[in-house]
Amino acid sequence: MSGPPTRNLPVSTAETAEYWAGCRRHELLIQRCASCGKHQFYPRMLCTVCSARTLQWVRASGRGTVRSFTIVRRAVSEAYAADVPYVVALIRLTEGPTMMSNVVGCRAEEVSMGMPVEVVFEDWPGVDVTVPKFQRSR
Amino acid sequence: MPGTLRGRAAIVGAADTQVGVVPGVSATQLCVEAILRALADAGIDKSAVDGLVTCNSMAEPYLYHAEAMAEYLQIFPSYCVSVGAGGGTTFTALHQAASAIASGICHTVVIAMADSLRSGLSRERALAVQSSTGHPQFEAPYGAPVPGYYALIARAHMHEFGTTPEQLAAVAVSTRQHAARNPAAQMRTPITIEDVLNSRLIADPLHLLDCSLVSDGGAAVVVTSAERAADFPHRPVYLRGVGEGHGHEHISQARSLTSSAAADSGRRAYEMAGVGPRDIDFAQLYDCFTPVVLIELEDLGFCAKGEGGPFVASGCTGPGGSLPVNTHGGLLSHCHPGNPGSMFALTEAVLQLRGQAGERQLLKAELGLVHAQGGIMSSHSTVILGRERDS
Repeated sequence: MSGPPTRNLPVSTAETAEYWAGCRRHELLIQRCASCGKHQFYPRMLCTVCSARTLQWVRASGRGTVRSFTIVRRAVSEAYAADVPYVVALIRLTEGPTMMSNVVGCRAEEVSMGMPVEVVFEDWPGVDVTVPKFQRSR
Repeated sequence: MPGTLRGRAAIVGAADTQVGVVPGVSATQLCVEAILRALADAGIDKSAVDGLVTCNSMAEPYLYHAEAMAEYLQIFPSYCVSVGAGGGTTFTALHQAASAIASGICHTVVIAMADSLRSGLSRERALAVQSSTGHPQFEAPYGAPVPGYYALIARAHMHEFGTTPEQLAAVAVSTRQHAARNPAAQMRTPITIEDVLNSRLIADPLHLLDCSLVSDGGAAVVVTSAERAADFPHRPVYLRGVGEGHGHEHISQARSLTSSAAADSGRRAYEMAGVGPRDIDFAQLYDCFTPVVLIELEDLGFCAKGEGGPFVASGCTGPGGSLPVNTHGGLLSHCHPGNPGSMFALTEAVLQLRGQAGERQLLKAELGLVHAQGGIMSSHSTVILGRERDS
């Protein structure tokens, strides 16, 4: 089969379906433990701090800071080649957990360590996938 | 219980295949070639092998890799296992082999690893392998190539400790100086700091020459009990300490970007051996990317946290330095066929401790440390080897 090269598509599981459904609604959902109050990401069946199985989905603020980043100059595959140079970053959410994402909406060279960012959602056409990304906080 | 394996096992055979670009030889052939050479070095027949430990090959994978190699050789071991901990697989395998010997499961274990990443993978397969790195839902969609994950670590180290691109480059330069003395190394032409900084950026701040090679090759060692080790032709190299540390699988879940579970594996190995970093004559460290060496030097206690950059820039890890690192040329310059990568650090350590390293033989090689890590600073294993069974 030929056609446009495909990106690395996230395939949701029973455990993560709620998260990806939230993304499609442009809501960033993370888990919060009803017992100890800690937030966690990625989704799991137990709280990694207190081991309770009383996790609830909560809508994250969508705000955070850049914990580290790189500017990718050689794409991982053909599907990402048109995006070069692009920023892959670790975002520390205000609620505590870290997640990987891309920083978008500015020149790659403008991204800096500790930069405040906020979530934006990117709908991937034709595959019913929406991916959370981050841009400089306004 | 620390001390359990100290002085209990020894390496009595060690060998590499040809490495670098080795077309026309399959990954399976490289693995079997390594085994046959290691058996010859140990002076034993395949029928003496009752334990076999391998890792899977990307170019030619098997559902049960060690069993497939045993079948190929027509050997019928009582202990047979494939280990999968990325680059850390090598010394996790040695840990398991020594444990199997100490507990009496088997007596003579071959550890063999090989792959054909350079010649045995199509471009499509190679891209697919790279693309599948990272958590499939929470990392891979964002398109980081493997160097990109390590660039996150490099950037954090630079930000936290003021490490410079020149200091990262010094790792590659020092390693190449060692490789220039090793006829088997894939890349031997000397390079300068400027060469590294002028090579193209792959993922800021990492340049092409901050990244390890893509190679074909294999290596194997023969391990037996310390009691039986005297019956082999070469001077035994004794396992004095071994330890593991496992921090995470995915870099976005790392508790720290600038410290690693090498601190755990190193502490456990030192405790077992009853020695410290100052007792070590040389170190073979995992150098898939230059920043990894800085963090390992720090976490293994060779310099203070954050001082890895100045430590390497001072020249002390190069030939003639106070702590020669990667005397064979490492993954950056000798060869890097993927998961088997650290096997060459192990066989080099054996040669140095036997006094058989030729032009690059160190003047003092009584106690050596080898360290491997797999994933993205995920699983760590440290081994301390000595010329003597105990000190």
